[in-house]
Amino acid sequence: MNKREITLNVNDLDYSVRVESRRTLLDALRDDCGLSGTHSGCEHGVCGACTVIVNGEPVRSCLMFAVQAVNAKIRTVEGLSNGPALNPLQQAFSEHHALQCGFCTPGFLMLATSLLEQDPFISDEALLDALSSNLCRCTGYDTILSAIRSARDHAKGSLT
Amino acid sequence: MKPSAFVHHEPQTLKEALQTLSEVSDQEGRILAGGQTLIAAMALRLARPSHLVDINLIPELRVLEVQGEHLVIGATVRHSAFHQNVVDGPLGKLLCTVVKHIAHWPIRMRGTFCGSLANADPASEWCLVATTLEADLVLQSIRGERKLKAQEFFLGYLTTAMESDEILVAAHLPIPKPNTHFGFFEYSMRAGDFAKAMALVSYELDSGVMKNVKIGVGAVEGSARRMGEAEVALELKSPTPEHFAKAAELASLHALVSEADEEDNLYKRELVQTVVLRALDQSLLRT
Repeated sequence: MNKREITLNVNDLDYSVRVESRRTLLDALRDDCGLSGTHSGCEHGVCGACTVIVNGEPVRSCLMFAVQAVNAKIRTVEGLSNGPALNPLQQAFSEHHALQCGFCTPGFLMLATSLLEQDPFISDEALLDALSSNLCRCTGYDTILSAIRSARDHAKGSLT
Repeated sequence: MKPSAFVHHEPQTLKEALQTLSEVSDQEGRILAGGQTLIAAMALRLARPSHLVDINLIPELRVLEVQGEHLVIGATVRHSAFHQNVVDGPLGKLLCTVVKHIAHWPIRMRGTFCGSLANADPASEWCLVATTLEADLVLQSIRGERKLKAQEFFLGYLTTAMESDEILVAAHLPIPKPNTHFGFFEYSMRAGDFAKAMALVSYELDSGVMKNVKIGVGAVEGSARRMGEAEVALELKSPTPEHFAKAAELASLHALVSEADEEDNLYKRELVQTVVLRALDQSLLRT
């Protein structure tokens, strides 16, 4: 097997890993960088559980090869909290019961993080549309939506 | 599932990419642009390319600008580029409307306009846009360059006129006249899912009558197709509900539906009628 030595920058830390070109970013994060917070669901771009932020944009890490992420700034769910303290979005997920089994949660958190960063005033309608990208099998969509709305409104309060 | 092994090539220039592609094209070498269809197909082992020529690092393929009478869309322009108006007037607004129907937000961050055309899925919104609006498609290989009309490019279900050593380097969309009206309507079972049927209409409204009428239907036949009979029925007519209804009926009648049983064919015909009518209705709402 031909492996290539690459460096991935994840949550501002450099990880030197040896991967085959067919290694997805998802598998490289989980198995080579040891960052198993990003979850592997369908592995073909349907479920959104593996959503991470690459250069400021939310992407499916199962639909990108690790070798394509060299020189990119990658952010995963591990980068959200500051030590044991949850960030406001994570706190809102907890308060609004926006997770049950938790499998889809990292994907939703990263998707919501990037949506709120791109538009802190995102409308409820746009939020609902964008969130249709990810699947939750505990059918917790209402609580996920209210958690993100609450995080948005809370942040808006400090912006205005 | 995991993709099978391949050699990853990262050319820095188009010339280098064309050279590499010509060397690996007979060994199942493929272009990797956004990868939002290809990598999923590889994960399912439906595609097992031995070489991938990754064109994402080539600056000249990121072009998105008006050149003369056309909007030029380079090979690696992402769907998300069209979240904003990329060109003043009706075309920018149309692309802005259409892009929201393409998969989901994160997929649109990486998937590309030209990649959708090269994949030629019958349910692809951009294939419908290219076919209906008569895009020119620029293909390059080390043998040279050729330009095909969309109608010549799409040959059927997931099939195009591209040779295995060619790259679709750009799509050229004609800039419409300012008095052009567009209407688009898509029906799918879930948000972001493949279309069951969709229609795009375009016409110039001149002294109260429609001119240069174009009506395209996608996701029904192997490729998106213009519905000539419906177009003729609207030419030089006023945009009234009666005329729209007649055109939708004609599009439905002439759609080449090919479902397994007659009931499904009937359903598809009714869908065609509905999406064409709704696209025509939409055309009066925005200019």
